Amino acid sequence: MAMLHIVNKSPYETGTLESCLNHAREGDTVLLIEDAVYAAMKGGRAANALSAAKGVKFAALSADLKARGIGEDRIVEGTAVVDYGGFVDLVVANDKTQSWL
Amino acid sequence: MSEGVKKFLYVNRKAPHGTIYALEALEVVLIGAAFEQDVSLAFLDDGVFQLVKGWDTSELGSKNFQPTYTALGDYDISKVFVERESLEERGLTEADLLELTYEDEDDDWAEKSSIRVVSREEMAEIMAENDVILSF
Amino acid sequence: MKLGIVVNEGPYTHEASDTAYNFAVAALEKGHEIFRIFFYHDGVNNATRLMVPPQDDRHIQQKWSELAEKHNLDLVVCIAAAQRRGILDENEMKRQGKDAENLAPGFRISGLGQLIEAGIQCDRLVIFGD
Repeated sequence: MAMLHIVNKSPYETGTLESCLNHAREGDTVLLIEDAVYAAMKGGRAANALSAAKGVKFAALSADLKARGIGEDRIVEGTAVVDYGGFVDLVVANDKTQSWL
Repeated sequence: MSEGVKKFLYVNRKAPHGTIYALEALEVVLIGAAFEQDVSLAFLDDGVFQLVKGWDTSELGSKNFQPTYTALGDYDISKVFVERESLEERGLTEADLLELTYEDEDDDWAEKSSIRVVSREEMAEIMAENDVILSF
Repeated sequence: MKLGIVVNEGPYTHEASDTAYNFAVAALEKGHEIFRIFFYHDGVNNATRLMVPPQDDRHIQQKWSELAEKHNLDLVVCIAAAQRRGILDENEMKRQGKDAENLAPGFRISGLGQLIEAGIQCDRLVIFGD
């Protein structure tokens, strides 16, 4: 019964990602879209939170990374980069989605 | 999946008044109540401010929709989960919250509290147990 | 798989409409069925045919309308949210005594029950908002 959590806020502006991580369970996936992709940048404070979340998978949306000038080499290790098709696949692969608006 | 009763969870994480999400979320809850699904409401993060009693919107000039929360019991909504950590982080206790009640048909229509204060871990479980999560 | 999509923010101010649109296109390309796209909160503003964005920018309403026509999609605008924000079809224009309607082709106005129904009928519901 895995869940896809969708986060769209920068972790430097709101506590949304933190709240999501506090409720994500083992086997869940967190997809970072829109301004949340900044969370996946290596060296940032939020990247530590991603590394610390055990048993949770991470993905970031490629269109949003590209739009913001974030190359894949800047993405923290262990975070998958997916396109919109990959987003759809994640929705299908998990039993349900929760958008952390 | 397309037939039968689904478990719907309405997740409220935003404060009232600053944006319209709390009010329009309630409107969905009231309509959804007619569909005979299994409905629960979750209040966490700034969403717990929606349940703090004593609103007076007269000076602001907007509609005071707080009574609608109190009416939820009349719509057979009896499961209102409030996250303890979210309350504590904001200096709130259950005593600050509205009294929400429902009549339990399995217990001779006894009036009971709809609010269940749960831990963050329990909230995560509740989210995992539901089929459809409508977040606002 | 049968998918439902909810769009909760207006076009241009927030990225949600773009993300939802791109998600919908990708889902259709992968052969999934989109049962319904429901527009709520400021999302109802996606449905005004009166928007005139600069020519070098995307026309979000037109993109929705064209996608709906091509794939026979059900684009539903919440009536309560639409009335608050001045989105009217011809029926509502007459009913409310207004002098104009502005609902774009491919969209229809209906109640919140359509959102609940999407939750019941769809295998997955994906919400895009703020």
